[in-house]
Parts: sequence; C-alpha cells; structure tokens
Amino acid sequence: MEKEKHHIVPYKVYIYILVALIALTFGSIGIVHLNLGGYSVLGALVFSTVKSIIVLAIFMHLKFDQPFLRIMVGFVALVFSAVIFITFLDYYFR
Amino acid sequence: MEHVTQHSDPHYDQEASKLGMWLFIFTELLLFGGLFIVYSIYRFLNPEAFQLAGNELNPVIGTINTIILLVSSMTIAMATSSLQKKNKGLTILLLEITIMLALVFLINKYFEWGVKFDHGIWPGSQHLINDMSKGEILFFGLYFVMTGLHALHIIIGMIIIIVALKRVQKGTVHADRPSLLENAGLYWHLVDLIWIFLFPLFYLIH
Repeated sequence: MEKEKHHIVPYKVYIYILVALIALTFGSIGIVHLNLGGYSVLGALVFSTVKSIIVLAIFMHLKFDQPFLRIMVGFVALVFSAVIFITFLDYYFR
Repeated sequence: MEHVTQHSDPHYDQEASKLGMWLFIFTELLLFGGLFIVYSIYRFLNPEAFQLAGNELNPVIGTINTIILLVSSMTIAMATSSLQKKNKGLTILLLEITIMLALVFLINKYFEWGVKFDHGIWPGSQHLINDMSKGEILFFGLYFVMTGLHALHIIIGMIIIIVALKRVQKGTVHADRPSLLENAGLYWHLVDLIWIFLFPLFYLIH
C-alpha cells in the first residue's frame, strides 16, 4: 500500500462542527417541547441520528478515510437498524 | 522468514491499527445496541410509566453534560490535527482539556446520581419496589445500567487518553506514529456517540 499523505482537518472545521452539534442538541430539545405526542421521540431521534452522522464523518474521520471503512460502518448500521425494525415488527403485531 | 533479527523499524501499520479499533467499536455497538433495544421495547410496552419516571431526571444536567462531551470530542479531534502539524505543546494542552472535561462530566454524574439516591431511588431500593410501578422500576433500572455503563466508558476513555498524553510527552506518539492518539480519539467519539442517543431517550421524555 502506498503511503498517502494524511489529511489534516483544520481547527476551524472542528469549531464549525461543534457549533452545529450544539445547535442540533438544542433543536432536539425544542422539538420535544413542541408536544408532538408520539412523534416527539421520533423527532429527537432524527436529530440524534444527524448528530451521530456528523460525528462519524468529521470527528471520526470517516469522510477522509478509505472507503472500505465507510462501507463497513454503513453495513453495520444497516444491520443494526434491521434488527430494531424486525424486533418492533414482532412486538407490534403480537 | 526463518531468521528473525532485531529490526530498528518494527512493523507499523496505521490502517490496520485503525481497522482493529473500528472492529472493537462494532463490538461496543453490540453491547449498547442490545440495551437500546431493551429500552425501546420496554418503553413501547410501558409508555406512561416511562414518561412519569423520566420527569424525575433533570434535563438541564443532561444538556450540560451533552455540551461537555461534544466540546471534549472537538478538543481531542483537534489534538490529532495538532499532532499531525507537529505542534506537541498544543496537542498536550488539548488532551489535558479533554481529560478535565471528562472529569467535569463525571462530577456532574456524581451529583445527578446523588440526587436520585437522596430521593430513595437506586436499583432495588425500598421506595422503588414498594411505591413504583413495574414500568418505572424498569426505567430506573435501565437508567442506572446504561448511564453507569456509559460512565464506566468515560473512566476507561480517560485512562486511555492519559496514556496517550504520556506517550505524546515522551515522544513515542508523534506525527509519523499517531495511532494510539487516533484510536484514543475514536474511542472517545464513541463515548460521545452513545451519549448522543442516551440524552434524548432518558432526559427528553416530555
């Protein structure tokens, strides 16, 4: 494998990302206070999912790493969501 | 190779090291993912009890701890950048800040749990068993196990970061050999990721 020059993320990018993550945190608090009933959990989890994708891509460097790591993480996430989905199918239709 | 001689440049594979860390992170997903599924099912089966019990938690402390972890994730990410830029002093400073933030998180957790204990709420407490419904007992059981397991990860993360910090100071972790710091960072971000989901599920029940 050839030695690639490592991608160095500028400090500024990390600060922008932090601001975005804190904004999304308050977004999730806001959406819960809108009293959307059963949808407020869903709304908060959508915010969490967006936050975790940002953390994975930038903080955990997946965006700059080799594609096979992205594929692996994506596949694992997919399998995990499938397990949750199937578990709920089971409980919902009991 | 039959004849192994002392090598001045031992085998070092940054990509493999990172891959190994990711595989470990997947096993952590099995641990916490299982607990998240247990939580979801019990919440689905006991929605009112979870709401009632969730009101006992303090969303302000939850929010403060969320922000503390997000900032600490940023500082350790910046530390990897500054290591690559060969700025040793800044790397050490950023790692020290990360460790301090982790400590503040744990102190908040200590007071948060302390308030629960003062209210007579801990796994197996008389108040919990005598006065609360099955759903509330489940909620607090999951709350203590999941935030406790997460706090344990914070403590382990701190130890790993302290080791990385010592190695940076000694000069054995540097721009050409950053794996220990990078993997410490990956572990720390994982701790952050778990909290990103714990926060809305426990503190934002409205």
